[in-house]
Amino acid sequence: MAATEQPAVDLREPAGWRRTKNQIATVAMVLAFGIVLIPLGFVLFTVIAKGASAINWSFLTGGPIPPNVVPAGIGGMGPAVVGTLLITGLAAVIAVPLGVLGAIYVNEYGGRGPLARVVRFMADVMTGVPSIVMGLFIFSIWVLHFGYSGLAGAFALACLMLPVVIRSSEEMLKLVPDPLREASYALGATKSRVTLTVVLPAAIGGIVSGALLAIARAAGETAPLLFTILTVTATNANVFNGANTALSTQIFTNATQPYLGAQSRAWGAALTLIAIAFILMIVARIVTARFTRYSN
Amino acid sequence: MSTVAQADPAASAGSAGPLAHRRPLGDRIFQILAAAAGVLVLVILALIAISTSQQASSWFSTAGWNIFTADWNPATNSFGALSFIYGTIITAAIAIILSVPISVAMALLLTEVVPRRWARPIVYVVDLLAVVPSVVWGLWGILVFAPWLQHIYTSIASGVKGIPVLDALFGQPVSGASFFTCGLILAFMITPIVTSLSREVIATVPAIDKEGAYALGATRLEMIRGAVWPHSQGGIVGAVLLGLGRAMGETIAAALVIGSSPVITSHLFAAGYDMPAVIANQFGEASGEFRAALIGLGVLLFVITIVINLIARGVVERSARRHRGA
Repeated sequence: MAATEQPAVDLREPAGWRRTKNQIATVAMVLAFGIVLIPLGFVLFTVIAKGASAINWSFLTGGPIPPNVVPAGIGGMGPAVVGTLLITGLAAVIAVPLGVLGAIYVNEYGGRGPLARVVRFMADVMTGVPSIVMGLFIFSIWVLHFGYSGLAGAFALACLMLPVVIRSSEEMLKLVPDPLREASYALGATKSRVTLTVVLPAAIGGIVSGALLAIARAAGETAPLLFTILTVTATNANVFNGANTALSTQIFTNATQPYLGAQSRAWGAALTLIAIAFILMIVARIVTARFTRYSN
Repeated sequence: MSTVAQADPAASAGSAGPLAHRRPLGDRIFQILAAAAGVLVLVILALIAISTSQQASSWFSTAGWNIFTADWNPATNSFGALSFIYGTIITAAIAIILSVPISVAMALLLTEVVPRRWARPIVYVVDLLAVVPSVVWGLWGILVFAPWLQHIYTSIASGVKGIPVLDALFGQPVSGASFFTCGLILAFMITPIVTSLSREVIATVPAIDKEGAYALGATRLEMIRGAVWPHSQGGIVGAVLLGLGRAMGETIAAALVIGSSPVITSHLFAAGYDMPAVIANQFGEASGEFRAALIGLGVLLFVITIVINLIARGVVERSARRHRGA
């Protein structure tokens, strides 16, 4: 026992410079999070403080949008609220079914085949296409031939949403366990039936929540709308015909005005836009929490 | 090997054997619809390239290599894009330099330091940065942030006066709207995506590597340097490139805070211009050759971001595959 004289091994926490360096690194990481909170808090505080004083019922529903020189409190952003809801809604109607179908192809039919891999890869790449390029694209292919309309704006937003919906839906379809599909095949169901009545319902919670997040992002987009809807000041409930307007483009045109009334309307519109995005995000979280059956 | 792993009774029945003839029409129509929706992505990308370059062709053909000059004057029909390309590179570089250390530190914080139940709320908060629309960043940037920054720029500029390199970079502030303000706001906007992509990469580091490092007596920092970093380096490069692509294409915030002045200068606090911003600001009054030039800038932007994204996705995928295989 005493014959093997072991040198004393120090098993306590590392001491000295090594320990200090580790602590410095930990503090730096926490600090990074603190630094991110500053602009976020700053921007949210400003928008709420300046927007809340501009917003009331007549601001949200009244119209038409007054000229820049008109002081705050007269007229309202009603046309822009209507425009944003209609255009974003139409974009969702276009992009979500196509995106989910695309995801079904990539995950259920294509699998590891070359075409499915190319589609998956290019959908990833497409999420990186700048939103202004989508605006120019729809301008070149649609607006030049059929004129400005809410529909053109919806096409541009749908182009932005499509790859996001494909990728998020695909992730959700991937989580559905194979035995579920196999049990359904064993009962003699065709592939489309298995997909529509077994796989899709099993993944629907995640798919809806992913789609809502994509819609929330699209609702705030400005660049794709600038050259497609032409930002008018009166309500145009017909999304398929004639120039339209949206909250985001109204903020853009009002932000650079020296008039306080225009700036106040921009802040009010900004708060409205953020509120719409937040509501969609919260609904997405609720959907995720209530309807998710399979998750990683 | 992959066919065994993906056992799929219906597919094998559909591709060969007598059952193929009995596949109902509706089933086949659904497959075709789904495939068409998938291929739509490729079609749209191709259409973007074709339709925009068609609209811009007159600029490319008449200006030729002159598109890479700094002379931008719609009144004289001269459309050189160099100052916009310069501004795009400078602002994106500022955004990357400011955002990447913060994003990677936060990704490490989320994966290696805080317990999982704390990580969730932190992720929500960081993602809020991405929920704030671009135009709201721009509105806040031009009306609140830029006037506030102007004081800081002025004091920095007087502080570096006469110091060789620093004076060239940080001297002569004109107003709050500048390359640097734009870079800062772009940094806020790309931080969520760089953080979440880095976090995904870091999360794939095998626990056994990390435990091995700890077992050898490493501190957390040493474990990160020895086990996490070598494993996730490639993926983080990909994440940074994707952030770069986003920063270069970000339009509305840049259009509002960059200062709208097509100049090539070393002064970061000077008003500048970049490609997406000039398209957004000037497209409304453009027609003919002017419009072709602006759409042409969009084509350049599309090509640059597509190339960056292709490289980034390739890098991410390759590093992910290498580690999955290992």
